[in-house]
Amino acid sequence: MSSPSDTLHESSKTSPAANPHGEALEQAYGPLEYSVYRGQQRVVVPAEKSFDVLALLKQRGFDLLVDVSCVDYLEYRGATDRYGLIYLLASTTSNERLTVRAFVNDPEPAIASVVPLWKAANWLEREVWDMFGIHFTGHPDLRRLVMPEAFTAHPLRKDYPLQGRGERHNFPVITRDHS
Amino acid sequence: MALTQPVSQPGASHLELPENVVVSRLDELASWCRKNSLWPMPFATACCGIELMATGAAKHDLARFGAEVFRFSPRQCDLMIVAGRVVMKMLPVLQRIWQQMHEPKWCISMGACASTGGVFDTYAVVQGIDRFIPVDMYVPGCPPRPEQLIQAIIDLQDKIQREGTITGREFNTRQRQQRKRALVEIPQLLTVDASRNPNLQRQLAGSARDLHDPSDLQ
Repeated sequence: MSSPSDTLHESSKTSPAANPHGEALEQAYGPLEYSVYRGQQRVVVPAEKSFDVLALLKQRGFDLLVDVSCVDYLEYRGATDRYGLIYLLASTTSNERLTVRAFVNDPEPAIASVVPLWKAANWLEREVWDMFGIHFTGHPDLRRLVMPEAFTAHPLRKDYPLQGRGERHNFPVITRDHS
Repeated sequence: MALTQPVSQPGASHLELPENVVVSRLDELASWCRKNSLWPMPFATACCGIELMATGAAKHDLARFGAEVFRFSPRQCDLMIVAGRVVMKMLPVLQRIWQQMHEPKWCISMGACASTGGVFDTYAVVQGIDRFIPVDMYVPGCPPRPEQLIQAIIDLQDKIQREGTITGREFNTRQRQQRKRALVEIPQLLTVDASRNPNLQRQLAGSARDLHDPSDLQ
């Protein structure tokens, strides 16, 4: 799977050896894509291997999940996949940081939930589900986090209109006669 | 001296009142009491709420107008001040709080966001609370200064004194609203004859060019 990361940012591709965890990852999961952007180590993994890679990284000391986020690359220059998931990992013992990215696509974007690894992922993945509609398989409680439960769209997708589809006007009107 | 005089005499053309007695209409008396003890319900959701607090604090001293008694229960309030943007998830809460307030009650929409949505023209933000609840006063500003909010409260007091009735007849608004609408019916569109006005011709041609020239957009 090719990724948009090499054309989207001025990142420089590096060899696995330049990444402190590169060799262990290569041994377990074959060739992956490594890069450095402003001193930040990044690795791109195929979506179907993301859980195993993240589990291995947790074993190797990344005990803190800082954030789970997502980018919609719809109509983005040079992009080949639609949704880019971003896991920001940190180690509280060695002060290392690592960005893990995985790409998923329509029509049913889905990826394995990492709640079994880090409990912090629970609400983070719920937010990504709410805003982007990415399904996290294995999540214990995948409900909307921010938008009301009756909301049907995923508003941070690029094909969702900024002013919505009338959700903000869909309320009863209370006049003086009613109240 | 005055106390010894009879209040009225048969056949007299006007009432003779004893001292310290004022005659008024009951409606005006009720409105006078109400307007001088407005208890605000602070529905503060954003930066306007900070100005609302400043208005109630010592420097601007809302107590001068009898409106300093902020209560956080809608049951005790008669003036809702919506200060800040209202998102679509919050609007049912706003409506419920408004319905929990007792008559007579009034509403001030404070700031650009509460009145129109302000800069937040997005799927999540309600574009003006007056679409969904009645509003008596609008305060412009982003956020308004405390003086502006105080002016709105003074204006609301004038409105209460002017329109208020002891039985709240002024809130039976359906007929009143229809009467008001009848007064501002939109006149028929003016037909403009451009053939004898070269100035207008130039303007029309210019606006047509702007609309159809895609190079402006790039």
